[in-house]
Amino acid sequence: MSIIEIRSLAKTFGKIQAVRGIDLTISRGEIFGLLGPNGAGKTTTIGMLCTIIRPTSGSGLIAGFDIAKHPTQVRQKVGIVFQDPTLDTILTGRENLQLHARLYGIPRRERKAWIEEMLALVDLRDRADDLTKTYSGGMRRRLELARGLLHRPAVLFLDEPTLGLDPQTRARTWEYIRKMVQKEETTVVLTTHYMEEAQAMCDRIGIIDAGKIIALDTPDNMVDALGGDIVAVRAPAPPVEALGALPYVSAVQCAGETVEITMKSAPLHLAEVLSLIPDVASVEMRKPTLNDVFIKLTGRDIRNETAENGGGWVETIARHRQKGT
Amino acid sequence: MRTAILFRELLGISAVWWREFKVFWREKSRIVSSIVQPLMWLFLFGSGIGASLSVSDVNYRDYIYPGILSMSVIFGSIFFGLYIIWDRKLDVLKAVLVAPVSRISIFFGKVLGGCTDVLLQVVILFIFSFLFPSVDPRGIPLALLFLLVTSVALVSLGLALGSLLESLEGFQVISAFLVFPLFFLSGALFPVDERLPAWLQKLVIVNPLTYTVDGVRGALLGLHDYPISLDLGVITLFALVMIATGSVLFSRMK
Repeated sequence: MSIIEIRSLAKTFGKIQAVRGIDLTISRGEIFGLLGPNGAGKTTTIGMLCTIIRPTSGSGLIAGFDIAKHPTQVRQKVGIVFQDPTLDTILTGRENLQLHARLYGIPRRERKAWIEEMLALVDLRDRADDLTKTYSGGMRRRLELARGLLHRPAVLFLDEPTLGLDPQTRARTWEYIRKMVQKEETTVVLTTHYMEEAQAMCDRIGIIDAGKIIALDTPDNMVDALGGDIVAVRAPAPPVEALGALPYVSAVQCAGETVEITMKSAPLHLAEVLSLIPDVASVEMRKPTLNDVFIKLTGRDIRNETAENGGGWVETIARHRQKGT
Repeated sequence: MRTAILFRELLGISAVWWREFKVFWREKSRIVSSIVQPLMWLFLFGSGIGASLSVSDVNYRDYIYPGILSMSVIFGSIFFGLYIIWDRKLDVLKAVLVAPVSRISIFFGKVLGGCTDVLLQVVILFIFSFLFPSVDPRGIPLALLFLLVTSVALVSLGLALGSLLESLEGFQVISAFLVFPLFFLSGALFPVDERLPAWLQKLVIVNPLTYTVDGVRGALLGLHDYPISLDLGVITLFALVMIATGSVLFSRMK
């Protein structure tokens, strides 16, 4: 059963086409990762689905409600965890959830029980009555996750849920997300810069570039589609064309001094490949990852992208344009 | 269906109101300074000038009591509204703005929150009214009504400006070029009559807060330049215009 149905969804800010017609169906209970370079249109897409940004054209249904025609019902059905922290730091953890419960019309008699349940789920019961400004980054994130799920949304949107957290906290945050999703059968749509995490967490991945979805599949299928292993060779002058002509080589990509060769059965053919390259400094062989898929499709390495400044230029323009509408 | 939507919106308004009250109550130092500051005006400034001056046979300190009450409301209300600039910077509002509650309801929740804060301060200042012999306590309810309507108007004005402004620098500009002139030209500290220079008189007449101060002073001291009904009419009209402007700008705010 599909919970999100998007048909040719598009958004134009003035002359800039931030999202150029996206078609996407996401089924109930799925964890879906939306990946893309900065400015690809991720935030704009999620913004439209959360009814924060009005689409220029196309349509989107969430839990049966049209995002343009019934924004209030859609809002009731979705939970959002923003990239930047949005907790009320003058309030305690519990008070933040109480405010949220009131805003989402959770009946008074259920409020207390639901809040306690969520606090327990994210292990924040003993700190619930402290002001959130005293929380660590990881605790804030957890409280935001609890808040996002408090009104039992059908879909939870997570924009970079682990950004700025240390690796250990990141791993724990994903554990919480998984736990919560299993419990409530929530559909999750997330964006992240951490490819390993996307690969491990997501049932399906959509790679978005320049406002269009350019690949849509399970992470495993995407990696398999790359065709074999990757051999990275450091050498001053690799013969790119000769390497590309080899029958078992599916891709050759140069990045500075390093050439990355994607090939089938690398151990078998490694000697021949190396014999073609003069002055080899070092060789490294590895299994491809989602990051390699990303580089191949977008021509960019997501690890070199920074998300700390709160989205790319399209998102920034989006914010400025939105004021006028 | 209709009543369900109305109920949801009312719940939304009360949620925002509840939050503002929590925040107000938590910041005790702010409450204390907002009470102490007007008392300093009354007892340090008022007593000082009052030593050599009285207006219409009323001691100057008593004379400015209604004006200082108005001052508390003017500063408290506008700055409460403008505070959303800060909320937006810290992204505190973001989570509220994506809730299934209309912007108008969030706006009204904020207005109610601001009025509650400001009027609680005013009520505390009323407790001190026994120290001002010329003040007639029977006028307090009417004075409170004036101050409530004024507070609604000015919180709305603050929210309207806060919706437009992006940076905290705007805060200073508004303070210098709007709040202080509104206060000085309201007659809070001096009588507004034909003795004033003509240009000053004109500015005073177009300042809606002149009618607040006149109404409050009329209620508490029996001294007023305009009919009380005119005062109330002007300030109510001003409040309605500000609510309309504020709710439109707040709804468009990004």
